[in-house]
Amino acid sequence: MKIRLRELSHFDKEAAETLIQKDHGLHPDDKYLKPGRIPHIWCPGCGLGVVLTTFIEAVRRNRIPIDMCSVVSGIGCTGRVAGYLDMDTYHTTHGRAIPFATGLALANPQMSVTVFSGDGDLFAIGGNHLIHAARRNVNLKVICVNNFNFGMTGGQVAPTTPLEAKTSTTPTGNAEPGFNLPYLAHAAGAVYVARWTTFHPRQLAHSISQALNKKGFTFVEAIAPCPTGYGRPNKLGSGLEEMRFYRDMTEVRNGADPKLAEIRLREKFIVGTFHDTDRPDFLENYDRNVVSRVKSKQKGKEKGKAA
Amino acid sequence: MKFWRLPLDAEAHSIPQGTVNIIESRCKGCGFCIEFCPNGCLKQSKRFNVKGYHPPELIFHAEDCVECGLCSLICPEFAIFTELKEAKKITEDDIQKVTTRYSRRDRRSFKR
Ligand SMILES: Cc1ncc(C[n+]2csc(CCOP(=O)(O)OP(=O)(O)O)c2C)c(N)n1
Ligand code: SF4
Ligand code: SF4
Ligand code: SF4
Repeated sequence: MKIRLRELSHFDKEAAETLIQKDHGLHPDDKYLKPGRIPHIWCPGCGLGVVLTTFIEAVRRNRIPIDMCSVVSGIGCTGRVAGYLDMDTYHTTHGRAIPFATGLALANPQMSVTVFSGDGDLFAIGGNHLIHAARRNVNLKVICVNNFNFGMTGGQVAPTTPLEAKTSTTPTGNAEPGFNLPYLAHAAGAVYVARWTTFHPRQLAHSISQALNKKGFTFVEAIAPCPTGYGRPNKLGSGLEEMRFYRDMTEVRNGADPKLAEIRLREKFIVGTFHDTDRPDFLENYDRNVVSRVKSKQKGKEKGKAA
Repeated sequence: MKFWRLPLDAEAHSIPQGTVNIIESRCKGCGFCIEFCPNGCLKQSKRFNVKGYHPPELIFHAEDCVECGLCSLICPEFAIFTELKEAKKITEDDIQKVTTRYSRRDRRSFKR
């Protein structure tokens, strides 16, 4: 029997591109997205798209003009957000989203600067930057998408992977407990700390819009399904099944002590807005303690010279 | 159970009705919108889109969409959104429908 092979036709990049471009503008959120960038690369069932939608909803709700809004992200699946949003965005090197964003926030204090990055980026390689930005209370809005693993590089163990969870580098189960992110951010000095999952898109959008309205370092953790890197080895199933899991295994407790927000494998955990206060941010403290004192000293000197 | 009159403040309220728009070629078939629509307006279609996934489609009771916007918020692919069609006056039928839906184990609201 002779097998008839289909004639090979080369991939027509231009035709594919025009097809993608044609779709742009069909959805009301498309005006916040770079033309021709959707469909994004995220896997089917990945929760990252939900977090992006809720962020766009929060920007729209707060009526932040696009030219006053900027997003900085690190490397990873989550880091791709910077490439999709049609505003001032910057895709920094791995772990360095916060240093870059700090510079941006200090150079242009009117700008709304959001750091949109993954758990590995913000808490593994970039952990020190985060705690010090929180301590200084730099005016940054951090959205950390927590999918409990390093998604982009193939599902390796992350500092957020719960004890006993399986990943590609812990095939017999993780020997280390994971970070409790809200507790860590709270202890480091964040003025607003919240955690939601992608099963709570409305609450997440509300929390992000509250955070965008605050002055100082805010931290919102968004727990998202990663069926490829975390769902498969841990038998959580597809993205939809992971969403169902979050529906059944979360308890909303606003104002709870973030100490209780620890996550253990296959156990109930709490979500909510845990902490919301106000304290002087970095620029305010800097103005009061450095700029104004140097100025008054200089004035004194000038007076001395004149006399 | 049958209600013998409309609520006294029925005039003050209305039921929004939405039209659902689905950009089929973008859908990756994750099923979030189908599973979490509070009124069970969507189901998985039999056809394939260009990517080879089954996009959602409206079920027969499509007038149930109350334009809550959850589907557009929960869709990771920017593939579904709703528009307000009209704000309908509350009628006795609506009250009846809602009470039967939540009193009996209606298949649509308890499809989990
Ligand atoms: C300096 C440096 N080290 C390591 C890497 C490899 N790397 C790329 S993405 C990534 C992990 C990202 O994980 P996370 O921030 O959790 O994002 P996710 O992909 O899970 O959304 C790593 C380690 C890199 N790109 N640069
Ligand atoms: S690997 Fe995980 S985080 Fe990355 S796109 Fe796929 S599902 Fe999303
Ligand atoms: S707007 Fe609400 S009711 Fe209408 S289809 Fe979407 S989720 Fe269902
Ligand atoms: S949520 Fe979006 S991508 Fe998922 S099935 Fe519905 S339309 Fe498709």
